[in-house]
Amino acid sequence: MRSFASEIQSGLDQALENDPSVLVFGLGVPDPKGVFGTTLDLQEKYGEKRVFDMPTAENAMTGIAIGAALGGFKPVLTHQRLDFALLSMDQLVNNAAKWHFMFGGQRNVPITVRMILGRGWGQGPTHSQNLQSWFAHIPGLKVVMPALASDAKGLLLSSIFDPNPVIFLEHRWLHNAQTEEPDTGKLIPLGEASLLRNGDAVTIVSVSYMTIEALHAVDVLQNQGISCDLIDLRTVSPIDWGKIEASVKKTGKIMVLDTGFQTNGIAGEIIAQITERCWADLTAPPVRLTAPDYSESTSPALTKDYHIRAEHIAERVGSMLGKDVSVEPILKLRGPHDVPGNWFTGPF
Amino acid sequence: MVYSITSELARDLSRGMRRIRSVEEHIAARYSEQEMRCPTHLSSGQEAVSAAIGTILRSTDLAVSGHRAHAHYLAKGGDLKAMVAEIYGRVTGCARGKGGSMHLIDEKAGFMGSTAIVGGTVPVGVGLAYSLLLKGSDDIACVFLGDAVVETGVFFESLSFAALKNLPVLFVCENNFYSVYSPLSVRQSAVKKIHEKVAGFGVYTDEGDGNDVVSVHQKMLKAVNHIRSGKGPAFLEFETFRWREHCGPNYDDDLGYRPDQFIEEWNNREPIANFEQQAITSDLFTEADIDAMQSSIDTEVATAFEFARASDFPSPEEASMHVFATAVEEGIFLK
Repeated sequence: MRSFASEIQSGLDQALENDPSVLVFGLGVPDPKGVFGTTLDLQEKYGEKRVFDMPTAENAMTGIAIGAALGGFKPVLTHQRLDFALLSMDQLVNNAAKWHFMFGGQRNVPITVRMILGRGWGQGPTHSQNLQSWFAHIPGLKVVMPALASDAKGLLLSSIFDPNPVIFLEHRWLHNAQTEEPDTGKLIPLGEASLLRNGDAVTIVSVSYMTIEALHAVDVLQNQGISCDLIDLRTVSPIDWGKIEASVKKTGKIMVLDTGFQTNGIAGEIIAQITERCWADLTAPPVRLTAPDYSESTSPALTKDYHIRAEHIAERVGSMLGKDVSVEPILKLRGPHDVPGNWFTGPF
Repeated sequence: MVYSITSELARDLSRGMRRIRSVEEHIAARYSEQEMRCPTHLSSGQEAVSAAIGTILRSTDLAVSGHRAHAHYLAKGGDLKAMVAEIYGRVTGCARGKGGSMHLIDEKAGFMGSTAIVGGTVPVGVGLAYSLLLKGSDDIACVFLGDAVVETGVFFESLSFAALKNLPVLFVCENNFYSVYSPLSVRQSAVKKIHEKVAGFGVYTDEGDGNDVVSVHQKMLKAVNHIRSGKGPAFLEFETFRWREHCGPNYDDDLGYRPDQFIEEWNNREPIANFEQQAITSDLFTEADIDAMQSSIDTEVATAFEFARASDFPSPEEASMHVFATAVEEGIFLK
């Protein structure tokens, strides 16, 4: 059985194998844990020059990735939390995102920056931020947020071989997600969302881990006669507007799920654009379910109602339709709220 | 003092400094015409460091710089016409008018880019050095920086990595003592000089009078040989003096931010005249040689300005172009 984490590892392996210009580095990349298993065995296989640990110097290492890219390489830089990568905003925003533009289209910067998004188990205010909207706000950066294990490798390979800087956001709660889909080794184009469930009641647009919660909700709703379109965005920059628009024209209702803070976030942007594009098609006010506008605390007592879960999604779909829905089947499956499953026992 | 350098080198140094000075002074003279509509940081007075390194670096060596980059770009062999056109915002500019004075690039000459954030290209230069190491090349990467860069975190992060990996990178620090109007004394502890701080990382360091072009040349040659022989990074600090305001074409010493004595002392250390006097005494060239050199430079500069002013502006559609690349572009230099 392949997992999200093993698919990431396999994607890196395939990229390193097929293209000698691919480099992989980041704090802990060659260590015994291999960044949650995603970088295991790569240094042994490809050597210390192409796969290496690095100084705790996020900003410079991002600039070094940019320089190596200008020198003909395709670096993949890994951060064990997005929060750590905030130190590199200068290099990401002022150099990586701008290089192609500010030199008149002469040179591109093919770097991939993996950032892992924390949640639960006391990750607290500075190990759990989902700041995809920051990156998606910057012209010149692509932002990828895989949800399914079966998409992880194809999206990663597309990111590595994309000519532009790509921020690749991996939710920590997805690393153990499993897939039995055949490994086609195919690249998944960036900017192409995936329709995971088909229905005509409500269009649900989701990203990253929220898609897992949405799948539970949509399947429970289906059993109660309510069928929804579930669109997993996969990339939040660029966004597959065509797929969302087509769905909303069918359903007339949109709910957007995001792992980030609400105000000025991705969900708000999607709702704004869809309101502009599909005003005449909308039959209900759009809905967004996101993290609240305050940071995640550490104590499990303070995080119980912090995140949107499947039951919230199902209930809200019911209220959009004016129908009573039962969320009992979801609640019956729930374990502790601060871990993704019994496979996770900490520490991070 | 008699110089023990070749006549050829003496001419190159003189020509290099004069060329930079002529371009910068020409910009200053025409800036008030309001046609060069971008922040412009001139290198007048600071020519020696660039002219010296320009005689040492190969076209396949790589270089990056910051906001005051004209001298570095020109010394590295960057296309003068494309630079002037860039400052004029024309489509024939080295960045098609997207970047202006602070964003120069000429990959054919190995000038890989200058940007406007202090310290921003330091890690880029170190990353280029890493790419050279991976390719097994004996080319080097040269990072031009000013004294304020040594106050940024990214500089020390980059230096630390360069030292760790023994990278072929030359850091050339022009210390002109002022960051805009802020003197070094309010920005850095005087306990250690800049090169002494850097020496703590275990890399090769040297320092000198940045207005003495012959001594700069000797120190650079030693440092570059050190790097090319695989012994790792080198950092050179050269003290120098910017004539004009931080940004713009004017003199601003009426503001009183630099002590009179300091200004007088540095004016006496004017790099071009002092060097040429000694070179003539040392029989390396004659007054007539200098006149001929200057006359050819004047023609080149005038031609570049004519080219720029006759060039088209980019079409309005270009404003929204170049956000994303559609394919991996091989660098011109890498082909």
